[in-house]
Amino acid sequence: MRFAVLQFGGSNCDLDTHHVLQEVCGVDTDLIWYKEKLSHPYDAIIIPGGFSYGDYLRAGAIAARTPIMNEVMNHVRTGRLFLGICNGAQIGAETGLIPGTFAINAYPKFTCKWVHIRVENERTPFTSLYKNGEIIKIPIAHKEGRYVAPREVVTDLNRTERIAFRFCDERGQVTPAVNHNGSIENITGILNDRGNALLMMPHPERASEEVLGSTDGRRIFESMITYIEKGR
Amino acid sequence: MEVLVKITISLKEGMLDPEAQAIQHALANLGFQTEKLASARLFYITMDAPSDQAAVDQAKLMCERLLANPVIHRYTIEVVK
Repeated sequence: MRFAVLQFGGSNCDLDTHHVLQEVCGVDTDLIWYKEKLSHPYDAIIIPGGFSYGDYLRAGAIAARTPIMNEVMNHVRTGRLFLGICNGAQIGAETGLIPGTFAINAYPKFTCKWVHIRVENERTPFTSLYKNGEIIKIPIAHKEGRYVAPREVVTDLNRTERIAFRFCDERGQVTPAVNHNGSIENITGILNDRGNALLMMPHPERASEEVLGSTDGRRIFESMITYIEKGR
Repeated sequence: MEVLVKITISLKEGMLDPEAQAIQHALANLGFQTEKLASARLFYITMDAPSDQAAVDQAKLMCERLLANPVIHRYTIEVVK
């Protein structure tokens, strides 16, 4: 099993994500600079957080048009796993992996804090080690994370169980008060139509070790590993 | 021939524009009362094209493929010269 973590100019959670995969989860993981070829048929590709291209034009817009993203899309088409975290989610949305986009926060300021999210679908390769309704303590750190999509798209996402996470309070209540960026229906984790790609604004790699204050996020990576192991 | 096009990208009607709201608020702090404030982004692009229409067609493709996000944006294209 082998994971890849992509690096763009301005990625800044690349080493954290690599560390968690390699050292905490014990899975072989390569760091891949965006100008390199994806030489290996990776079991999973992760685009980490950061500020690729300085968030020029729109967060993720420029990175989404780099040639390596064609390879990422081919990877997703084969059914293998893809996880976009924060800037990785913005890049994924700009690439068209999911409908809708991540717009500037309703309160237009960079928000960096611990929040709670609720698991909305436990039957995905990314959430199988959680239970529906489980509450995860995890940090967010973004200015463009407000999920926006036409109403009919959101209805369809709900119907097809493609919502992975919503912002909630510590008791699991999904309310406007804990909608930290103003996303439609508090949504902050969305699956692609095939269910093998997840885009999420919160940072699971920052909640994967006791020393960081929470290990709740680690099970996202462990769910991916379990899914890949079962597929063998 | 060389054609200069002006592309204006703005949010679709009804889309939340938090930056515009913040700017409006700051103007109010300076004593300027405003009814409505919208922000937009301008691009001036010079290109070699056989006609004005060809340049506009190219600019439209640029908007659709990169400059605008169709989920939230609308755009206008004008030939400047």
